[in-house]
Parts: sequence; structure tokens; C-alpha cells
Amino acid sequence: MDVIATYALRLGDDSLILGQRLSEWCGHAPALEVDLSLANIALDQVGQATHFLNLAGELEGKGRDGDALAFRRDVMDFTNCLLVEQPNGDFAQTIARQFLFSHYQALLFEQMAAVKDTRFAAIAAKAAKEVAYHATLASDWVIRLGDGTDESKARMVAGLAWVWRFADELFAMDAADAAAIEAGAGVDKSALRGAWDSRVDAVLAEATLARPAPHRATTGGRIGRHSEHLGHLLSEMQFLQRAYPGATW
Amino acid sequence: MAISDTDRIRAILARVPDPEIPAVSVLDLGIVREIARDAVTITPTYTGCPATIAIKQSIRAALDANGFGDTAIETTLSPPWSTDWISDEGREKLRAYGIAPPPKGAGAASLKNQAAAECPRCGSSNTEELSRFGSTPCKALWRCKACVEPFDRFKCH
Repeated sequence: MDVIATYALRLGDDSLILGQRLSEWCGHAPALEVDLSLANIALDQVGQATHFLNLAGELEGKGRDGDALAFRRDVMDFTNCLLVEQPNGDFAQTIARQFLFSHYQALLFEQMAAVKDTRFAAIAAKAAKEVAYHATLASDWVIRLGDGTDESKARMVAGLAWVWRFADELFAMDAADAAAIEAGAGVDKSALRGAWDSRVDAVLAEATLARPAPHRATTGGRIGRHSEHLGHLLSEMQFLQRAYPGATW
Repeated sequence: MAISDTDRIRAILARVPDPEIPAVSVLDLGIVREIARDAVTITPTYTGCPATIAIKQSIRAALDANGFGDTAIETTLSPPWSTDWISDEGREKLRAYGIAPPPKGAGAASLKNQAAAECPRCGSSNTEELSRFGSTPCKALWRCKACVEPFDRFKCH
């Protein structure tokens, strides 16, 4: 797969895996409104994944479409960041994961909407509007839980402490990123860190929460080195295509 | 005077309802971007909107039933759909259906939708947001504090 296709694949994998994770909340969330919110965010993510994975398949040129890429690859072929594959944990951990990721994705898509390659720019411009909602919702909950009861605060602190180790990977750059920027399709993710820090810090301050202590970064997702959790997620998500390869309806 | 094919197609599309909000047509919603004899171009509201496929199928069926079986349906993402494209007639239909229409010309500037919605039942602006996400991706759940009725608000997008 060429580097631009890989770049599209990474974007699609991030959205797909987070969408699948969030959909696990459907019917289980602490309140009806939360259930609706998480399911809607999951839908947006899966929608973005469909566009990016179809684009990855088109760029690859081997006849694979978004469905083939989603359902007929194994763990090591997935290129999502480690953050999105982390288990939901309790509601606070889910919100912590969403909070870090949505602010990253919002900044990423705001920039990508202006890249030269219109295929990437069109998906990003559309997704940026949706992701702005996700970032607002996650921020509102960080504040509500952080500046809430002793119990909710303790859970929010624990959730943030868990996901914090996966933040650095969001902004890590490698050859595929460099090639995508060169080709007018990619964004310099390392340059987003400053704005991300300010947005995250502003919300944490309002939530009366301290920024988690620096943690050694855990990385590897972009090159297929995943946590154990992803395999379990795929076994459920891909069950039908594994049991009945090529099934359609 | 003969009616052109594009006008005929336009009239057909004006009768194709949105599958989630049947009170409005696909034309009212502003998701039809171009009408030509060869192809109708549509754009999705939200990337993950499950109604996208149903909309395409309804348009296909309506075109086929009216002698436009060879008119293709194409999809475009750019420019991204905005609630500013909902027609004035569409806004009135939404209100009559019990859904507060999005303010016009607001676009991305009011993405947070913090300005009070007008209750579609009693017209009061004494309303509050219950949930930013509602029964479909395009709606938020609100409540009127004057008539105490809950209602959907079409999100400004």
C-alpha cells in the first residue's frame, strides 16, 4: 500500500475503532441522553471511517472497498492509534478518551479542510463540523464530572490518568505523515500540540482538575503494534464476515 | 410551453420525503445540489446519517416510476451540507411538524446552538436544551419552560 493510501487508512481506522467502541454503550449508558449522544458520536465516526476507508481502497487500487478494509483485515494490519482501542471502562474513562481524541480530531480536520487534495479536504471539512459537537460534549462532561461529587471527580481523575499515556501518539509523525504533507493531503500533527494543550488545559481548569502527571508515551498503533484489546474488539466487529466470508444483504 | 426535463425532475424530487422527517422533502432539506437530465447530485447531511442510503433509494424509485430510469444519482461531499440550505418553506414545514427549525444564516458560527430555540408549539423563547444529541444526528432535544412540552430542535450545522 502506498503512503497516501496508508495515510487515509490510519484516519479511517481511528474513526472506525472509536465508533465501534462507542457503540458498545448503546443501551447501557447511565442516562437516555447519554445513550443518544454516544450512539450519535459513534455514527459520525463510522460515517467518517466509511469515507476514509473507501478512499484508502481507491488509492490502493486493488479492488478493496471500505467494507473489505474494515472486515477482512487482522489485528496487525490495523493502523489506528492506541487511544481509540482502549476499553470503555466506566463512563468517566470513556469521556476522558473522547475528550483527548475529539480535541485532537477537531484540530486535525480544521487544518485538513484546507489541504490541496480535495478528496481529503472534502471529508475533513464535513467531519470537522460534526467533531466540534463531540469536543463540546466531552468537555461539558469533563467539567460536570470533575467539578461534581467526590465520587465523580475521583473517577474523572482516574479516567484521565489512564488515557493520558496514549496522548503523545496522536501527534507523532513518521514517513507516511511526511509523504502525505508533501503530496498536499496531510497535516503536520506535531504542530497541533500547542493548540490542543491550550484547549485541554482550559477545560481541565474549569473542571477543577489538574493535568495528569507526565507519563511515558505508549505508542505502536500506527505500525500495527496493538494492545490485546483490539483483537477482542475485532472478533466481535468482524464476526459475520469471518463466519460467512463475502456475505452481503 | 413545454416543461423541461429538469423541471419535471425537480417536481418529482419535491414529492420525495425525507425518511426520518417525512414532513419535508429532499428538496426542502437542501440535500439536492444539482439537477440535470443525466444526473441528480445529492449530498449527505451528516457523514454517518443512516438515512443517506434510504434517501438514495427513495429518489431512485421516484425517478424510475416517472420515466427517468436513466438519470443517475451522484453523491458529493463538497461543499459540506449546511442547515442554511434548508428552504424557507422547509423551515415552516418543520415548525408545523413540531421541530424548531435552525436559525438561518447562522451556519458554523452558532455551532454550539446556545441561542434559545423558539418552541414550535407555543412560540415561547423560554426554552432549554436537554440533550445536544437527539433522535437523529441532525436534531437536539429541547424543552419549553412556558408550555412544558419537550421538542426536537434541528441543529444548526
